[in-house]
Amino acid sequence: MAEKKTSLGGEFTKGLIRENPVLVIMLGTCPTLAISTNLENSIGMGIAATIVLFFSNIVISMLRKVIPDKVRIPCFIVVIAAFVSIIQMFVKAFAPSLDAALGIYLPLIVVNCIILGRAEAFASKNNVLRSAIDGLGMGVGFTLALALMAIIREFFGSGNLTLKVLGHGTTLVDICHLGDGNLLSAIHAEPILFFVLAPGGFFVYGLLIAISNSIARKKGKGVADINACYVCENAEGCMVVADGENAGTIVIPKPVVDTEPQVQKVEKAAPAAPAAPAAEGKEEK
Amino acid sequence: MTYIAIIFTAIFTQNFVLQKFLGICPFLGVSKKKDTAVGMSAAVIFVMVLAAAVCYPINKYLLVANGFEYLQTLVFILVIAALVQFVEIAMKKYMKPLYNALGIYLPLITTNCAVLGVVTLNVQNNYNFAMSVVNALGSGLGYMLAMIMFAGIRERMEGNDIPKFWNGLPIVLVAASLLTCTFLGFTGVIDNMFPGAMS
Repeated sequence: MAEKKTSLGGEFTKGLIRENPVLVIMLGTCPTLAISTNLENSIGMGIAATIVLFFSNIVISMLRKVIPDKVRIPCFIVVIAAFVSIIQMFVKAFAPSLDAALGIYLPLIVVNCIILGRAEAFASKNNVLRSAIDGLGMGVGFTLALALMAIIREFFGSGNLTLKVLGHGTTLVDICHLGDGNLLSAIHAEPILFFVLAPGGFFVYGLLIAISNSIARKKGKGVADINACYVCENAEGCMVVADGENAGTIVIPKPVVDTEPQVQKVEKAAPAAPAAPAAEGKEEK
Repeated sequence: MTYIAIIFTAIFTQNFVLQKFLGICPFLGVSKKKDTAVGMSAAVIFVMVLAAAVCYPINKYLLVANGFEYLQTLVFILVIAALVQFVEIAMKKYMKPLYNALGIYLPLITTNCAVLGVVTLNVQNNYNFAMSVVNALGSGLGYMLAMIMFAGIRERMEGNDIPKFWNGLPIVLVAASLLTCTFLGFTGVIDNMFPGAMS
């Protein structure tokens, strides 16, 4: 368990870049694509998810010895759903414009795989302090990635980049009044609508992953793979083997690391081969 | 007329995967082959319709009637999780062929945001029972359409020579972006086909 040796600071910073949930571990893609048309909403979404992640990590870490292994996923979901409901009420009460902008994506934090993923991969195996810091780091990393995407998409797509605190108060960044005749005003005059529409979301996300992958390649590290299922190795929700001779096999990694991941096939027992990528991920820990 | 409009909207203009970005993980993860794409989306349609049908009475007669609206998210996700488990067990026992076709995909669906998404949308849009079920059916069909089209594209992309920078997931996302572009063509179609139906 090499993870035990990382310092608390390392636990926090790993979520920011090295293990950024959106760009490296490929979790939480749905809200990333949907919300990132607007910087303000992205940061609101990021903060909401961070709070949920922080508290659910704490509670799940506290309960990690009480929750029976077999029903852990439903238990995690209940804890997460409780915090999401609380956040939902807070946002409805104090930031109704944010609530309207996030729409169904606010309750959908429940099924955001970052939160369930961290609960399964980290909080259920580590102590409370570490889990809390991990949750905070991952949440901030999520917020940063969302904000980065939103900056690109909002800037090119609407020619604006405004950030107000909770929908009222002062404007922090407002580039529409930066003068005429320069590149900024040209984009402001004729924004590239593609970026704020749905296709732009996929495109900018692909671009960011390409950049993050090429940086990872230069450093000789693994890249974000298409089989997000292997990479996230957490929720059973992503665990199907999509191709190869064992297509349809569901790999359920056991929370205890020692044994090799259990491979279940509905009809017959499958050979352990497809579980190899998941097993590698386990060994690193 | 409203029902047809709901179905068309859910499939084309407000496609769950391509416009609302719900259920992206399986969309990217399970779309390498057409067979798995069809199996996965069939299971999604099945669970979505069932979840919409079960959650509607629970929401109306249990939560709203007693003023527990704030518990909606919690109750819905639990109902969906229980439902998926139950369907899996029942299917295994009584509908073996169907289970063989869809069974392996069922556990994937509990944490699929598309299912919770459709239930939440039904509540937010104040749909009645029939509209909820129709919306779930349409959303599921839209999901299937996107999955199958995308699986086709990815099968074609398999042997292509892709620049190293884009190789892997990025090029898949760019392909998804182009597929989404084609769906933008449907914008406004519903309003012209069914004037006033979606007001």
